[in-house]
Amino acid sequence: MIDLLATHYNYLMFVALVGLGLYGVTASSNLVKKIIGLNIFQVGIFLFIVTSGYIDGGSPPVVHGHGAETYVSPLPHVLILTAIVVGVSLTAVALALVVRIYEAYGTLDEDTIREVRLND
Amino acid sequence: MTDAIALLVAVPIVFALFPIAFGGRWEHMGWGTAALGALVHLGLSLTVAATVLSGGRFTYAVGGYTPPFGIELVGDGVSAVLVVLTSLVTVAVVAYARRAGPHSNTFYSELLVLTAGISGVFVTGDVFNLYVFIEITGLATYALVATGRGPAAALASLKYLLVGTVGASLYLLGVGYLYVATGTLNMADLASQLSSVGYGSPLVLTGFGLIVVGLAVKAALFPLHTWQPGAYAESPDSVTAYISALVSTAAAYALFRIIYAVFTPAFDAAVPFALDALVILASVSVVVGSVLAVLQSDLKRMLAYSSVAQFGLIVAGFAIANATAVTGGLVHLIGHAVMKAGLFVGVGALAGVAGGRTVDDFAGLAERAPLVSAAFAVLAFALVGVPPAIGFAGKWHIVLGAVEGGRWGVALVAVVSTLLTLAYFARVVERMYFRDAPAPAEESVAAAADGGDAELASDGGSDGDGDASGAASDAGAEPETISMTARIIVVGAAVAAVGVGLVATDLIAVFEPVLEVYF
Repeated sequence: MIDLLATHYNYLMFVALVGLGLYGVTASSNLVKKIIGLNIFQVGIFLFIVTSGYIDGGSPPVVHGHGAETYVSPLPHVLILTAIVVGVSLTAVALALVVRIYEAYGTLDEDTIREVRLND
Repeated sequence: MTDAIALLVAVPIVFALFPIAFGGRWEHMGWGTAALGALVHLGLSLTVAATVLSGGRFTYAVGGYTPPFGIELVGDGVSAVLVVLTSLVTVAVVAYARRAGPHSNTFYSELLVLTAGISGVFVTGDVFNLYVFIEITGLATYALVATGRGPAAALASLKYLLVGTVGASLYLLGVGYLYVATGTLNMADLASQLSSVGYGSPLVLTGFGLIVVGLAVKAALFPLHTWQPGAYAESPDSVTAYISALVSTAAAYALFRIIYAVFTPAFDAAVPFALDALVILASVSVVVGSVLAVLQSDLKRMLAYSSVAQFGLIVAGFAIANATAVTGGLVHLIGHAVMKAGLFVGVGALAGVAGGRTVDDFAGLAERAPLVSAAFAVLAFALVGVPPAIGFAGKWHIVLGAVEGGRWGVALVAVVSTLLTLAYFARVVERMYFRDAPAPAEESVAAAADGGDAELASDGGSDGDGDASGAASDAGAEPETISMTARIIVVGAAVAAVGVGLVATDLIAVFEPVLEVYF
């Protein structure tokens, strides 16, 4: 158990973040907190893919003329850079929608919005 | 001219910039830009289709980096047909939106970005690139749904965004698992690497599960469909027509590619329960989606739940894993896009005449809008699967494939779903044709019918809209008339649904070389 914690802490962190994020998306009735949960969920996945490229003792994949070393794989990092951009755009769109919803209903609480809509 | 396949993605994105960049100077340039972009896109997709028809499958290395290191685009029978479909739907929706709106420049930019994203999904041969295109598609769709009037559209869009992003992220996680297992992202390379890693490996199995669940969210299979009815019902009619025709289609197509180009039927042979589970998920989706559709009174919601059922059928076809059923799934995928787009434009147009879009509002509509009502009825029966329409060809092959594969359950579900589809369309068509219009409008029905004739007569003139609306207001009916473009689109979709059904064997012949590689 301790061994697992010492060697695979990154994967445990990934599981924790993904679980926490999904809990935030589903359990919170506040729309902004749902978006925060979504971000945590995505960051968990990013962490998983980024750490999968890590090699103990490897050097950054920049060649300085002399080779024969162990390099870490740059591909996962590049992928996640792209995914981060996608995540930021999604957050921006989500927050813009939240602004519109708040202007219309005066609240960010999902349950209250549902009541308001039922009364209409 | 293989560059055309890359331009399919690049051109709409470049065109999308113009309405934003110059919208301040020329207020109404959005429509013209989108129309031009859609036509250029159509030309490019026809070029791709011509290349595929003459020379078969071809690949394109983006930026000159050779696969598997670079990104690969693939043009083959299936992707060529789907990009042509994308172009045609784009042209039709842009034409429809000219009158139906929304009229803002940003709307047209979003539509073009969505076109680029969907084209990308159809042509890419790289699983991470597919994720990026799925997210571009998603982002543009969320923005388009939110262009609907009122806060309900924003709420539906946010719900779609939350559920859709979780789905896409699960797909990304699945891709991560496959990458960890194989060290590659190219679909063709993954196929060979996965078999050497071993299909039973927990990494591969988990990756498959995550990817399938992620794409099932995007394709709106029950019980992951919760975002879809709200998003379809609250968005403007032009947007609903577009996303119902293409967005879920893109996700289902991605699922097809993942199952056959990445995992291949050998995976099914090694781990049968993976696709068995998908067949069960899809079958449940067919039944529940149909039942929920029967229960709806709002027509847009009814059509939305109908999509849940139809996509269940399509995915069931893909998951049965024999050539006949997969062919059926692909034919129904294309047929569904044509028919649903036509039906949604039809509901949008008819709702304007009926003054509402519940099933009861449509009573007696056939007298007031005979042409569009007839086309709507044809599309409805096409989706039910009445021969010779395309709906029949798709369902027939799925049922045939299910029987071939010994999956009697799916064959039964397909037949039951056909009956349920008939149930929810028959009550609409019955009201349109065999009920009188609601009481307050009753006295004006005869006059309105005359108005309808006047509209038809004026169809010949290029600018008949003004006269027709004058005729309608003379008849004392408050409802608006149906625009010329809406008529052409609904009738065109109905003709296409029957026409493609008649040439279904040719369509299947185009798919054949693609499927031969897999089976």
